[in-house]
Amino acid sequence: MRGAPRLLPKWAAPRWAEIAVLWALLLAGAAAAGFIAVYALGADTQWLGLLLGLVFAFLAVAAIVTGKALVPQEQKEQERESLDHEREDLDIAVYVQEVGEGITRKRLLKRAAGAAGLTVVGALLVPLASCGPFLEAEQLRRMAWRSGRRLVDEYGKPLRAEDLAVGSMTPAYAEGVDRERLDASLIVVRLEADDVRLPEQRAGWAPSGILAYSKICTHAGCAVSMLRYPLYSPKVPRPALVCPCHYSTFDPATGGEVLFGPAGRPLPQLPIEVDGNGELRAAGRMSGPVGPSWWGVRQG
Amino acid sequence: MIYRLVRFVDTRTGQAPLVKKLLRYVFPDHWSFLLGEIALYCFVVLVGTGVYLTFFFDASTHSVIYHGTYAPLQGQEMSQAYRSGLDLSFQTKAGLLMRQTHHWAADVFLVAITLHLLRVFFTGAFRKPREITYYAGVLMLVLALLEGFAGYSLVDDLLSGMGLVIAYSVVMSLPVFGANLALLIWHGPFPGTDAFQSRLYIAHVLLLPVAIGVLLLIHLLTIVFTHHSQFPGPRARESNVVGTPAWPGYAFRSFGLAFAVAAVLFLLGGLVQINPIWEWGPYHTAQSTNGAQPDWYLGWLIGALRLMPGWEPAAGDYTLIPNAFWGGALFPTIVFLFLFAWPSIERRFTGDHAYHHLLNRPRDVPWRTGVGVGLFVWVGMIFFAGSSDRLFVEMNIDYESQIYVYRALVFVVPLVAGWIAKRWCEELLRYEAHPLRPGGGRVRRTPSGGFEPADE
Repeated sequence: MRGAPRLLPKWAAPRWAEIAVLWALLLAGAAAAGFIAVYALGADTQWLGLLLGLVFAFLAVAAIVTGKALVPQEQKEQERESLDHEREDLDIAVYVQEVGEGITRKRLLKRAAGAAGLTVVGALLVPLASCGPFLEAEQLRRMAWRSGRRLVDEYGKPLRAEDLAVGSMTPAYAEGVDRERLDASLIVVRLEADDVRLPEQRAGWAPSGILAYSKICTHAGCAVSMLRYPLYSPKVPRPALVCPCHYSTFDPATGGEVLFGPAGRPLPQLPIEVDGNGELRAAGRMSGPVGPSWWGVRQG
Repeated sequence: MIYRLVRFVDTRTGQAPLVKKLLRYVFPDHWSFLLGEIALYCFVVLVGTGVYLTFFFDASTHSVIYHGTYAPLQGQEMSQAYRSGLDLSFQTKAGLLMRQTHHWAADVFLVAITLHLLRVFFTGAFRKPREITYYAGVLMLVLALLEGFAGYSLVDDLLSGMGLVIAYSVVMSLPVFGANLALLIWHGPFPGTDAFQSRLYIAHVLLLPVAIGVLLLIHLLTIVFTHHSQFPGPRARESNVVGTPAWPGYAFRSFGLAFAVAAVLFLLGGLVQINPIWEWGPYHTAQSTNGAQPDWYLGWLIGALRLMPGWEPAAGDYTLIPNAFWGGALFPTIVFLFLFAWPSIERRFTGDHAYHHLLNRPRDVPWRTGVGVGLFVWVGMIFFAGSSDRLFVEMNIDYESQIYVYRALVFVVPLVAGWIAKRWCEELLRYEAHPLRPGGGRVRRTPSGGFEPADE
C-alpha cells in the first residue's frame, strides 16, 4: 500500500458532517437498543415500528451525509464502450453453423430432434393433469338441490314461511350439503304476492311471494348479499338483489333478470314449496347453472 | 488489512479488474433515477419480512374453531390459514409489525414500479440498446401484480375469498378452455381443495419471488452492460456517461436510500394500520361485504369489471364469452401488450434504429408523450371508476349514474388529455425555440439595432 499513487481527489471532510454522522450513528444504536427493550417488555407494535423506523432513519442520515460530504466528492466522465462487435457476432454465427457441415442427413435429424423434443416436453407436462379434474366440466353443473330438500339457516334450522317478512332477505343453505359449495347457498326474498311477475313456466315457484335464488352472482361469483327494497322512494322502481363486488343487479320479481351491471345471465331461481309444517322445501331443480359463467354455459 | 483481503481474493479468482471497474462505475444523477432503486429496496424488505412471516403462517384450509386472544371471533369456524394469520398478528411478538410492514412494502413496491415505468416511458429510456432491460421490467410488473394478489389471497379472510372467487371467475371466462383451466388450478369447482391453498402458497413464497429475482438480475445486469442513460447536459453526450462513481460517493448515497425506504416502511408498518384481517372475518362462499376494495394496484381491474356493460356474446342459448373476460382478462392483456410492443411500435413509426444514451424530456417527443398520457389516463380513469362503490357508500352518490358517466368519460378524457399533452409539448418546444427566451440560445445585436439568433 505504502507508496501507491493517489487515486481519489484530496478531500477534507467538513466538521459538521463528521459530527452529524457521529450523532446519527449513536442515535441509530440508541433506537436499536430501545427496540430490543420494547421487544423484551411486551412488544407493543407501535413502539416497535417507531423505533425500528428510527433505526433506519438515522442510518439513512448517516449514509447520506457520508456519501454527500464525508467522502471525496467527484464527478466523473467516462467514455462509453461500443456495444457492437460485428466481427465476433459473425464468428459466433459461423461457429454455430459449421458444426453441422459434416452431417449428411441434417434435415432428417433436425426433424427427429424436434419430434423427440416435443414428445418429451409433453411427457414431462402430462403429470400436471393431476392438478385437477379439468375434463370433468360437468362438475360445474352439479346441483345441491333436489325436490323436497329443506332450506335451512346458518344454524341448520329449517326456514319457515311465517318467519319471513315482506321486504326481507334471508340467507339459506341446502340441508345436509357442504355450505362452501357454490350451489348450496340461496338468498330467499319475500315480496308482496301481487308484485311477483314470474314467467308462465315458473307458475307456483313463489308461494306467498317467497322467492329463492342462488346466492352466487353469475358475473364473478361473489355472494349476492344486498336487497334493495324501496318503501316509498319514487326514484327506484322495483326491488332488486345486488352483488356488492361489481353491482350486478337482479330483479327478484321476474325470475332474476339482470337489471343493471356486468352480469350476463339471470340469477338462477329455485322453485320452492311450503310443506305441511310451514317449512320451505325445494320443489324441483335450479332454473340454470349456478356460479360464474363459462364457455358454453346455458344462458337461461 | 484491506490490501491483504483484496490480494487473497484476487489471487484466487483473478477478478480484480472487474471489481476495479465496478467501483468506478458511473451513476448519472437525477432524482427520477431513484424510483427503480426504491422498488429494489422494497423488494429486499419484502423478502426479509416475508421470510419472517413464513415461520408462523400455516397455509391450510383445514377447518378449525377459533379460541385465540381476539374476543369478537371466539368460537367462529375458520380455516387454519386465517387462524394462523390472526395468531401471528395478535400472539407473535413483532408479528403484526412484520405483517403490516410486508403489506405496506408490497403497496409501495408497486407504486415505485409504476412511477419508474412512467419515467422510463416518457423519457424514451426503453430505446436501443435498453429494450431487454425494459421488457424484463414490464414482465416484473406483471409478476409483482400476481405476487401481491397471491399474498393477500393467502390469508383466507373475507376479502381474500372475494378476490379469489373473482379471479376464479376471470379464469372461468377465458374462451374455450377457461372452465378446464379453473378446475385444474383450483383442484375442482370453487372454492377448490386444500391442494389449491398449497399451490397459492408455493407460488407466493417461491415461484413468483424467484421469477422476479431472476428478472431483477437480468434487469440490473443489462443496465451494467449498457451503462446508465442520462439527460443531456453541459458535459453529457451520446458517447459518454457523466456522474458520481459507485465508490465512494454513490454507494453511500444508495445505502442511505435503502435505509430511508426501510425506515418509511417500518414506520408505516408500525404506526399505520393496514389490512386489519380480524375485522373482515373468515371467508365463506356465501358471504360478502359492501364497499370492499382490493389493494390499490388491482383497482384498475375492479374498475374495468364494474364498467363493462352486461354483454356476453352467445351462440343460440349458450354463452361464448362470459362477461368477466372483458374487464378481467382482455383489458390487462391490451395494456400489457401495448407496453411490451411500444419499443417496436416506436421504431416502426420513426424508422430510428440508432443508439440512444441521451434521454428525452417528455416535451421532446410530443406524439409519444401524447400517446402515453392517453394510455395512462385511460387506465387511471378506469382505476378511479373502481372506487365508485366507495363514493356510493360514503357520499351517497348514485352508483348507477356514476357508472353511466364513467362509461363515457373513460374514452373521452384520455383522448382529450392525450391531445392536450401533445399540444402542450409542442408549445413548450416552440417557446424554447424562441431566441429571446431562456434556453433559446444566443442572440446577436444587429447593426440596425434589432436582434437575430446567433448560431454557434
